[in-house]
Amino acid sequence: MDLIWLIPLLPGAGAAVNGLAGIRYFSRRTAGLVACSTMAAALALSAWAFVQLLGLPPEARVHDVVLFDWIPATPLRLADGSIGALHVPWKFRLDPLSAMMILVVTGIGFLIHVYSTSYMSDEPRGGVARYFAYLNLFCFFMLTLVLGANYLVMFVGWEGVGLCSYLLIGYWYEKKSAADAGKKAFITNRVGDFGFLLGVFLIFVTFGSFDFREVAAAAAAWPVEASQFGTISLITILLFVGATGKSAQIPLYVWLPDAMEGPTPVSALIHAATMVTAGVYMVGRNAVLFSHAPMTMEVVAIVGVLTALMAASIGLVQTDIKRVLAYSTVSQLGYMFVAMGVGAFAAGAFHLMTHAFFKALLFLCSGAVIHAMAGEQNMLKMGGLKKYMPVTYATMMVGTLAIAGIPPLSGFFSKDEILYRSFLSNKVIWGLAAFAALMTAFYMFRLMSLTFFGAYRGRAWEVAGHHGAVAEAAGHGARHAADPFAHGKAHQVGHEVSHGPADSVQTAHGADPHGHGGHGAWHGPHEAPRPMTFALVVLAIGAVLAGFVGIPTALGGGNAIEHFLEPSFAAPAVHAASAVGGHGEAAPVAETQAAAGLASAEPTGAGAEQAEAAGHAAAGVAHLSRGAEIGLMAFSVLVGLVGILVAWRIYVRRPEISERLAARFAAPHRVLTNKYYVDELYDATVIRGTMGSADGLWTFDRNVVDGAVNGSGWLTIFSSWLSHLLDKYIVDGLVNLVGSVLQESSFVFRRFQTGLIQNYALLMLFGVFAFVSVYLLVW
Amino acid sequence: MTPITPAHYMILSAALFIIGVIGVMTRRNIIVIFMSIELILNAVNINLIAFSAQVGNAVGQVFAIFVICVAAAEAAVGLGIILAFYRNKETVNIDEMNLMRW
Repeated sequence: MDLIWLIPLLPGAGAAVNGLAGIRYFSRRTAGLVACSTMAAALALSAWAFVQLLGLPPEARVHDVVLFDWIPATPLRLADGSIGALHVPWKFRLDPLSAMMILVVTGIGFLIHVYSTSYMSDEPRGGVARYFAYLNLFCFFMLTLVLGANYLVMFVGWEGVGLCSYLLIGYWYEKKSAADAGKKAFITNRVGDFGFLLGVFLIFVTFGSFDFREVAAAAAAWPVEASQFGTISLITILLFVGATGKSAQIPLYVWLPDAMEGPTPVSALIHAATMVTAGVYMVGRNAVLFSHAPMTMEVVAIVGVLTALMAASIGLVQTDIKRVLAYSTVSQLGYMFVAMGVGAFAAGAFHLMTHAFFKALLFLCSGAVIHAMAGEQNMLKMGGLKKYMPVTYATMMVGTLAIAGIPPLSGFFSKDEILYRSFLSNKVIWGLAAFAALMTAFYMFRLMSLTFFGAYRGRAWEVAGHHGAVAEAAGHGARHAADPFAHGKAHQVGHEVSHGPADSVQTAHGADPHGHGGHGAWHGPHEAPRPMTFALVVLAIGAVLAGFVGIPTALGGGNAIEHFLEPSFAAPAVHAASAVGGHGEAAPVAETQAAAGLASAEPTGAGAEQAEAAGHAAAGVAHLSRGAEIGLMAFSVLVGLVGILVAWRIYVRRPEISERLAARFAAPHRVLTNKYYVDELYDATVIRGTMGSADGLWTFDRNVVDGAVNGSGWLTIFSSWLSHLLDKYIVDGLVNLVGSVLQESSFVFRRFQTGLIQNYALLMLFGVFAFVSVYLLVW
Repeated sequence: MTPITPAHYMILSAALFIIGVIGVMTRRNIIVIFMSIELILNAVNINLIAFSAQVGNAVGQVFAIFVICVAAAEAAVGLGIILAFYRNKETVNIDEMNLMRW
């Protein structure tokens, strides 16, 4: 367990190697190998650490590793006037929650890396290395996020995954829509991050620490803010704003559907399995804080259930296969927040894990389908693919049944747990969540029907017989000229195809050894290559089995995962000396227990007991009878089945019904197709507002600020012009006056100086005569 | 025959001096003016020699020798200036020589 610091560092090293050297020097194969091997090593380490953690007694399952002092201790004044120490070590912590998260991240991350080696093989060489560098970097940040033991280390990961998300969404940066989607994701996330950061600041000034356990211990001593909206409520609301950004909840969910511009494995890893669950993880990490703020919990539950409903309803009518899955993700994340909001933190984390499996699986299957269809993403142009790609069909069916909540697949257990806990808490939320489950089953089966069942509706492909090199090249060229939907065109139109011009050249040379692989010359839908199906099968097994760790008590299971995770959501008994003291008798009690060397998960101190009580109070009645619980389960299975049957009826048996329905309910259909016009609304309000105020500021800048600068410049020029006049006419004038006076007055005297020597001599002579005459005559 | 008295010398010297001064004043050719200056100098020399003989003191004669030396040096420098001037102006007319004006 002391090696957990290596878990994030390995993918980080892979990213450095691939990013610095790989883009220039590595072949596609080497780049993929480097990335996959680092992830495999990280997975092995995670599994080892997890096994070691399981070996410990439940109350001792916390292991800290301090790498170095990030911010050395600095005194700082806190909100209550006391002096706290700002001291942030770079600390990783392994506890049940982070252990589960690192397993999910490295496990699914590894599979997606393997899948990517095949999926991205048509990219140019440097592009593959760049892709893997980004993907590894993402894993580095994601693992830092889940392993970080304090808010600041978590925030580094939090921002880092946002950055990698931006880089990977905009991976095909020549395509404007991809670049725009990347920007949209990043900016929307920044809005949420701002709230998160404010929440973290408020946590520090309130509790005097950044460490999760210290904050939880300090907060446990506070009273539950049941009646008034206090500091903890404010903190949790701010943190939740951060979670809505990262986890795509109302009102900040708009970036996630657009993020489908990225490569499909990226959608699977970042925008389904891991990064988007960071918000859920963060709320779970702050479970003690949230359970002290019932008002925030209500907000969380309401936002979650509204998001689940809204996204599921949009998913009903989308035709882009990846967008359906994107809205499905938003909807499932809403479920997780419902769980958090009703206080079922473990259930939320459980659903996070199962969802990671089946949603990654679904995305990878959709990637295989897109791959098979040479970039086509419109489900209306698919159909009947079952016979062409049986493995993909089978695995995707597993994922679909899992997300629809059909027992005994994983989605059933986690979703049912959430529904059960929300039923205990609030019947309205339960009803809405169950309705969203109905829609989930419906749209997922619609996706399956449109893609795999029925008749093939796509474009025609080259039949066999064109395999000869020359014929191939000729046919290729001809098809390009004739068929507007030909591959090269599809690339421009903006479907997800990754084949550069090099590919066409290759095909034109007839150097296409794979019967299936020639995307330049498409031979119809085909099964995905081996690394892709490998990932699909493993994930499908995971999607089947992942639920068995959380079999509810009513069905005879022990609900192992909830017991495993529970310590992470309770207030720890670390001594609260470094946290703010003086809140009741909690601190001394906690200290006593810590002195006894007892890292107990049991509530300590009066405040913690209060919190525990509140947690139960929020859950309303403690438990339903076993019969009622099984009845609820049966109901949710029924809901799933109804959704599936309706979709089956509409899309497989009688496809014309869907058009009739769309025509009949034209207005709602249009609203759904346009995603409730939320993008348009944001465009009209937030974006226009921002642009407008930026314009206003620019006008101010141009007219007032620039005016002042230009005015002072003009003033300087004017005053220097005045000074110049003074110089020219007064100072110079005086000097010239002296000169000209002398010149004019010398005019007479100048006459005497003829320059002729004889004149001078004559004058001298006269002078001598005069003097001699005077001498002789006068004296 | 009347003896030659200092008065005679004085008259000759004065005549020479007057001729020299008039030459300097009136002539336009600078060579002639130059020669007139020599006349003036020699008028002085005659005076010096005459009084030296009269008084019986050789100092006057020594002085005359000095005057002749100075005249020779002056002639060399003056003729050099004239030559230089002639090369530039192609003339020896004194009226053209008004460079020392304002």
